[in-house]
Amino acid sequence: MDSRLRSFPDVLLSVENISLSFGGVNALTDISFDIAKGEVRAIIGPNGAGKSSMLNCINGFYHPQHGAITYKGVRRNQMKPHEAAEQGIARTFQNIALFRGMSTLDNIMTGRNLRMKTGLLWQALHIGPARREEIEHRKAVERIIEFLEIQHIRKAPVGTLPYGLQKRVELGRALAAEPELLLLDEPMAGMNIEEKQDMCRFILDVNDEFGTTICLIEHDMSVVMDISDRVVVLDYGRKIGDGTPDEIKKNEAVITAYLGVGH
Amino acid sequence: MLGPFLETLIGGLLTGVLYSLVALGFVLIFKASGVFNFAQGAMVLFAALTVARLTDEIDGKALGLEHFVIAAAVLGAALALVGWYAWREYVARGSGPGERRRLALLAAGGALIGGVIAFAYGKGAWPLWVALAATASIMGLLAYAIERLVLRHLVNQEGIILFMATLGIANFLDGFGQTLWGSDIYTINLGLPKDPIFLFEGVFPGGLLIDPAELFAAGIAAVLVVVLAVFFQKTRVGRALRAVADDHAAAQSVGIPLNTIWLIVWTVAGLVALAAGVIWGAKLGVQFSISLIALKALPVLILGGFTSVPGAIIGGLIIGAGEKLSEIFLAPILVQAFDLAGGGIENWFAYMLALIFLLFRPQGLFGERIIERV
Amino acid sequence: MLYREAGQFKTDYAADQQIFPILQDRIFVFGVIAAAFAIVPAIASEYLYTEILIPFLILSLAAIGLNILVGYCGQVSLGTGGFMAVGAYAAYNLWLRVPEANNLVVVFLFGGLMAAAVGILFGLPSLRIKGFYLAVATLASQFFLDWLFARVKWLTNYTPSGSVAVGDLHVFGWRIDGPADRYLLILGMVVVATIVAKNLVRGHIGRSWMAIRDMDIAAEIIGFRPLRTKLLAFAVSSFFIGVAGAMWGFLRLGSWEPLAFDINRSFQILFMVIIGGLGSLVGSFMGAAFIVLTPVLLNQLPGWLGVNMSTAMISHLEFMVFGAMIVFFLIVEPHGLARLWAVAKEKLRLWPFPH
Ligand SMILES: Nc1ncnc2c1ncn2[C@@H]1O[C@H](COP(=O)(O)OP(=O)(O)OP(=O)(O)O)[C@@H](O)[C@H]1O
Ligand SMILES: [Mg+2]
Repeated sequence: MDSRLRSFPDVLLSVENISLSFGGVNALTDISFDIAKGEVRAIIGPNGAGKSSMLNCINGFYHPQHGAITYKGVRRNQMKPHEAAEQGIARTFQNIALFRGMSTLDNIMTGRNLRMKTGLLWQALHIGPARREEIEHRKAVERIIEFLEIQHIRKAPVGTLPYGLQKRVELGRALAAEPELLLLDEPMAGMNIEEKQDMCRFILDVNDEFGTTICLIEHDMSVVMDISDRVVVLDYGRKIGDGTPDEIKKNEAVITAYLGVGH
Repeated sequence: MLGPFLETLIGGLLTGVLYSLVALGFVLIFKASGVFNFAQGAMVLFAALTVARLTDEIDGKALGLEHFVIAAAVLGAALALVGWYAWREYVARGSGPGERRRLALLAAGGALIGGVIAFAYGKGAWPLWVALAATASIMGLLAYAIERLVLRHLVNQEGIILFMATLGIANFLDGFGQTLWGSDIYTINLGLPKDPIFLFEGVFPGGLLIDPAELFAAGIAAVLVVVLAVFFQKTRVGRALRAVADDHAAAQSVGIPLNTIWLIVWTVAGLVALAAGVIWGAKLGVQFSISLIALKALPVLILGGFTSVPGAIIGGLIIGAGEKLSEIFLAPILVQAFDLAGGGIENWFAYMLALIFLLFRPQGLFGERIIERV
Repeated sequence: MLYREAGQFKTDYAADQQIFPILQDRIFVFGVIAAAFAIVPAIASEYLYTEILIPFLILSLAAIGLNILVGYCGQVSLGTGGFMAVGAYAAYNLWLRVPEANNLVVVFLFGGLMAAAVGILFGLPSLRIKGFYLAVATLASQFFLDWLFARVKWLTNYTPSGSVAVGDLHVFGWRIDGPADRYLLILGMVVVATIVAKNLVRGHIGRSWMAIRDMDIAAEIIGFRPLRTKLLAFAVSSFFIGVAGAMWGFLRLGSWEPLAFDINRSFQILFMVIIGGLGSLVGSFMGAAFIVLTPVLLNQLPGWLGVNMSTAMISHLEFMVFGAMIVFFLIVEPHGLARLWAVAKEKLRLWPFPH
């Protein structure tokens, strides 16, 4: 009842036997799972379980020592972050990583940079194609601003905005890239209930309306159970569970990891 | 071939020790406060000028009244400003013993400066050790003034702003030092032996020629480098400084207020500048170009790392040796090949060396490789 | 009540994206430019041209160039003087060796392009090293270039003293002779360059620079290529700086030696950028004005006060005043004159109602 029973036949991304370590710390050990096209996939786990590291591997920021990632049918084990972005992977960050010196509008405009192609000379003159391109993308960005209900802070420098709004702007920046796969690292951390509800609504809308596949990390269990189709559980860098929210709720290993032994 | 090579190498290493010393001044401040202190060179010049003038037999009045008037005005203004801040704090916090002590210290400092200047503008020379002691106290006061008048107002600013502020301080000090002490070329006489020494006469024909003054200077510098390294690694204050470098909050728990720590590092950096200035001044004479030796120490920083004490030491030696060797052995080849108007590649060779090194090891000599996270 | 944006509704994004969205600002700026072209030549003296206006304009251009790199892209550079030298000597050699190219616009553009090439070369380390490490690394370019122009005889055409001189300058058949000609040429080029700079920083290229400046990791993850973005900033910045250097040599000095572009020049330009305001083109002009005018005033001051002062003392005083001013400004407003100006305008906009 609380999980949404939908079916997703196509695999968009699959992770095979990924292992990643930093010096002596094993952040990820032999992880495999997949993300289906169109689903909302959650990654959960206690602090330090390796969730953020997992996202960092997916978008090429960390390079795992072992294993491979297949995305849209192409298998690879090394990729640069900007290549991932060019392939349609966008993300938000656990600790807000906005461009603090820029306005909301400019921040979201950066999300469209991959689509902005006019060269240096046109840009220098700011006529013809450069001007048209700027206006065309501005329109797209304005739609996102409207969708996220942040019109009032359009010109404000993001550094001065409250936390909840910054998170929203960051989502906007990721959406502006019109990604196929959207990675969200704790999009609701530190928000009050109202803000969380808004954020849930945005995520589900994006998933429904644009068919964007979403992979999110979240600590709030009720949110995870509500909005995700399938859940991966990590603990100490290992996968200890994978399945629908209902299955996860009944999984012994998960219960132990979350509640501690003895409960 | 080996003889000249070794001679050059030793000469380079001896200069390198001095670079290490200056670089340590940078490292100290950067580690403890995250400030890239571009005023280090100006402090070297200022200290050297002070010692030179205090030990010299020059008639102070030769400088002219304008120097005296302007220097006095600047000093007066600085003192007034510091005094005014102190007074405001005194009024705000009430008269604790600490406050009273601080005011007393300030007054003593003012008196010291006044005394030194009155003497210097009179006629007469001080023995070296008195001049050194006076200059050391002046460097301490300078550190206090910098902390009180500049740094404290810029806490929490970005690194580049603080860096710019030190550029401002450097400019100010360059101008002030020369206003106070004049811009003639002075000498500092440390009473070092002059006759060259020949080493390994049995091994090489004619032996290796070493300038004893250089050897002695490098010896002093080496001792200071070791003292500083020990100070940093072993003493309570040193450990506190390292704690601040790692984490400001943690430093608070060591029980030493941030202001005090900044005061200490700037004072120590001032003393390092004094040592470097005296040694350098004894070698080459005291003149404006002395403030440029700070620029020579910078490649040491990128090579050894801004925060590494051993990095500064080893880096200094590498740069010193590399510079001299390149000038003697590489420059003539370049001059030949490209029909140059003279060598002089030591001005940039050290930088290129450091840069090329960085391309292969971005973390520097002793830094650990850090994987950034998001 | 005169300075208001109320009532000026923007009907489309094009209007919103103008350089000066507020009408009064537009009028003011056009007024200043028109006056600079039309009124100044009618009243200016030789002294005003050579000691104030020409240095101010050329150094403003250099400051804009540096601001692109430091203020917009966040890469601190201490090598500005070196890049100016590249511009100046490249321009000199073209002028000297290719008589057909005796057109200052061509000569200056060539200087700028060569500086851009050298800038790219010295920008390469920026991929591996950041912050102050990079700043120190840029000193390498300064010292290397200083050395290059002092020692490679071909570059200075084997003149015994190493000092080079230019003369008989033309622009599209217009002979550049007196200070008024030089001023007008510089003014024209600086206005064009400023518009180009503004266009670049307000478009997607400018955003890529600022993204790298504010958070390079995030920028890379959303698809900016760090090296390409930084190198472009180095190239564009050095281009402007190179053009400024060529102008400095040709139109301000006439004959010069490498010392004209030494490390003090680098610091001078950096001061302009910081005092004017990082990441502000208007600030670059303000900073340049400040740095050019202060010594002029200081030199006049003793005369006005009727005191006699040696030139050495004046130079020391200049050092001190500069140093103190820099510190003072940083404490009062770390974001520079441009921010002070913006705050003042904001007040004016709300005046006479405080909120
Ligand atoms: N760049 C890095 N360098 C060194 N260690 C790292 C790095 N990134 C992650 N780690 C280590 O890897 C482990 C997993 O970290 P990760 O950030 O992936 O955990 P997480 O599940 O996201 O935790 P949290 O819920 O706290 O965000 C931790 O022990 C962490 O210290
Ligand atoms: Mg995490």
